[in-house]
Formats: sequence, structure tokens, C-alpha cells
Amino acid sequence: MAGVRPRVRVPKEAAKGEVVEIKTLISHQMESGQRRDSKGEIIPRQIINTFTCTFNGDEVFSADWHGAISANPYMQFFMTAEESGTFEFTWKDDDGSVYTETAELTVN
Amino acid sequence: MNKALTIGGMAAAAFVITGWSVGFSQDRPSVPPPEGSPLGELISGYEFRTPETQALQDDDFINPGFLWVENGEELWETADGAAGKSCESCHGDAEDSMNGVGARYPVYSEATGKPINLEQRINLCRTENMQAEPWRWESPELLGMMTFVRYQSRGVPVAVEIDGPMQPFFEAGREFYYQRRGQLDMSCASCHEANYGMSLRADMLSQGHSNGFPTYRLKWQGVGSLHRRFRGCNQQVRADRFGYGSDEYINLELYLAWRGMGLPVETPAVRQ
Ligand code: HEC
Ligand code: HEC
Repeated sequence: MAGVRPRVRVPKEAAKGEVVEIKTLISHQMESGQRRDSKGEIIPRQIINTFTCTFNGDEVFSADWHGAISANPYMQFFMTAEESGTFEFTWKDDDGSVYTETAELTVN
Repeated sequence: MNKALTIGGMAAAAFVITGWSVGFSQDRPSVPPPEGSPLGELISGYEFRTPETQALQDDDFINPGFLWVENGEELWETADGAAGKSCESCHGDAEDSMNGVGARYPVYSEATGKPINLEQRINLCRTENMQAEPWRWESPELLGMMTFVRYQSRGVPVAVEIDGPMQPFFEAGREFYYQRRGQLDMSCASCHEANYGMSLRADMLSQGHSNGFPTYRLKWQGVGSLHRRFRGCNQQVRADRFGYGSDEYINLELYLAWRGMGLPVETPAVRQ
């Protein structure tokens, strides 16, 4: 889907062993498949069905989403920082589109 | 303690407004009203919302309205139309050039001899200065640009001009505000002046100010314009709705801005 916009917020730096907070938000109408248009026809479902976050290639968080998730879904979770590296965030759309975002974390 | 009252003849059937707390506003932040205001103090709609909704507005990252701000920012820098210009080509950095602008609209337009609001001003720049098509009301583009431009005035007190050539339009807006209408025979004042702080169904009625618009509404699952809200409020009392950008709603917008003079712009606000 066009015009989908991911946002990610993670700290740039952390001490070894520190618990860091990760926040993500993505613009998406999350069409539930339950609504009808003005002609009474069902509007086909189109949602983001999976969200994953990896750090240096290892999965740290993932979620399956279903029809009742609000538009513009927000996610907040935590990770213990052990080493410097790269977060990769992935959202998968029902239509096959994949939206990605990355962020760097330096552990000192 | 649960004082229930009904307002308007036919309203009894449809709406029951209940109040929990007398002197609701005593401990809420407020600003003094402009001279001649019917309200003793001005309270932003923010103060009437739940802590959860307020938390969404308070954090710029989780506030979904910022998705529209970012969209507008991108459009600001994008050339469009036969003149090959972007907003930035003429206005430079929006942080400087648009600071405070959104707080003083609607303004009087010499060209048309009546007030224009910010949506109309933006579209004027598109048609006259960029030779581009005007954006449709409630399109992602116009909402994005509106939210971006109004956001440059966040924290700036609302201050509209109501004298001189604006006066007849201001009066027309006031008249509209107090006109009872619809099957329920209620005016804006029936809810937002006489009963703010009271509960209406699942909502708590606010003073109905415009300082947060365009606003992210949880119900809309997106950002919407002030005129969309007007249409919703007209429809609630089963009255005719007016068109987006109609003279009626522009005048009402002007009058409503004056009712909220001094309240800081909150765009992008979050409401239920
Ligand atoms: C070719 C130059 C040009 C371009 C491009 C342009 N504008 Fe303008 N804009 C102007 C001028 C000149 C004025 C002042 C007009 C006046 O005061 O009558 C103005 C006024 C405005 C105002 C009102 C400012 C105020 O103080 O009341 C806004 C808001 C605005 N423009 C937004 C935009 C946006 C948004 C875009 C892009 C979609 C844009 N403009 C593109 C030239 C331009
Ligand atoms: C039957 C009651 C009722 C009437 C009449 C009514 N409204 Fe509303 N209005 C509401 C409710 C409920 C809300 C959502 C809760 C709140 O902010 O009051 C609302 C919200 C608003 C808001 C958004 C406030 C904010 O902080 O985001 C504005 C602006 C508004 N109304 C303007 C008007 C105008 C102008 C009229 C007259 C054309 C009007 N309303 C008539 C019930 C009403």
C-alpha cells in the first residue's frame, strides 16, 4: 500500500545490561474486513498481519495482528542491551507489501 | 449526586445529559475569556478527556497526528503544478514563515470580500502561486498540509481579528451558533455553553473549542478538519449539514475562534 509511514524511537546509546525501551508506530488504515462501503458492499480486509523486530539478525519481538487492531498501530516493548548493533523492524501487509525501518544502538 | 437533566423539548427522547461534579472546572487549567465572552473561563477540550487520551496527545512520538505532520512536511518540500514550485520555494523554512499563522485564521480576504480560512489560503497558493489543482477537503494532502502548518503555531494563543470588515461575518457566525436547529431543536450553545462538564452518552461535553484542529480522533481513526466536526455536531441533532468550506461554516469558524481567543493552539490534538 502506498503512503505507509513507519516511525521508530530507540535510544542511541545504552550501558551494557541496561533495559532499553523501543517504540514503533506505523500509519495504516487497518481495514478490518467488517465494514461496508456506501453501496453496502463489504470493504475487503487489508491489515498489517505481522510485526517483527530483530537485533543483529536475532528476533527480539514479534506479533501477529488481527482485524480488531486500531488504525496506525503503536507498539512498545523492551530489550536488554548487551552489545552494539542494528535493529530491523518489519511490518507485513495483507497485500504482500513489506515496510521496514532500521535503527542503531551503541552499547558502552 | 447524579444530577440528570434534559435539554430542549424533543431532546428528552434522544439525549440525557448527566452531570457528576458541580464546579467541574475549578481545578482545571483555563485562560481568561475575551471581552464580551459568554464563558467565565476558557477550558481546552484537552482537559475534558481521559488520562489515556491525554497521554496520546502529550507524547509527540505516540501521537498519531504526527503522521499527518510528517506527510505535510514532505509535501511542503515537493514541487507541484505548472509553475514548478513547492511551498518551500517561496516560504522557505516553515518553522519561521508559518509560526503563528495558523493561530490567526480565518482572516479577511480583500480579493473575495469575505473571510477565508487556512484550508482556503493553502489552496489559493496552490491555484494562484503554483498553478496546481486545489486539494480536496479531507484529502490526505490537505489534511497533512493543514496539520503541518497549524503545528507551526502550537502553543501560540488563538487570536483572530473580528472588527472592521470582519464584523458582519462574525455576527453571522454568532447567529449560527445560537440558532436552534434540527429535529432535536438544539443550538451549539445547548451543549457547549450550557452543559459543558456534563456527560452525554459516553462523552463528556467540552466547551467545543477549535484550538486543536485538525484533530486526530480515535473515532475517526485519523485526522479530520474542523468542518468535519461541525458536520458531525449538526448531524447529532439531526440538522442539515453544510458543505466543507461553505460560508456558513467559515463564519462559524471565525466566531468559534473568537470564543477560544487566548487558548493555545494544540494541533495535532487527540480526542476520543
Ligand atoms: C510562488 C510563491 C508561493 C508558493 C509556491 C506558495 N505560496 Fe503561499 N503565499 C505566497 C504569497 C506571496 C503569500 C502572501 C499573499 C498575501 O498576503 O496576499 C502567501 C501566503 C500564504 C499563507 C498565508 C500566510 C499569512 O501570513 O497569512 C499560507 C498559510 C501559505 N501561503 C501557504 C502555502 C503553502 C502550504 C504552499 C504550498 C502548498 C504555498 N503557500 C505555496 C506565495 C507562495
Ligand atoms: C447534542 C450536543 C451537541 C451539540 C448541539 C453540538 N455539539 Fe459539538 N460536540 C458534542 C460532543 C459530544 C462532542 C465531543 C466531546 C466534546 O468535546 O464536547 C463535541 C465536540 C465538538 C468540538 C470539538 C472540541 C474539541 O476539543 O476537539 C467542536 C469544535 C464542536 N463540538 C463544535 C460544535 C458546534 C460549532 C456546534 C453547533 C453547530 C456543536 N458543536 C453542537 C456535542 C454537541
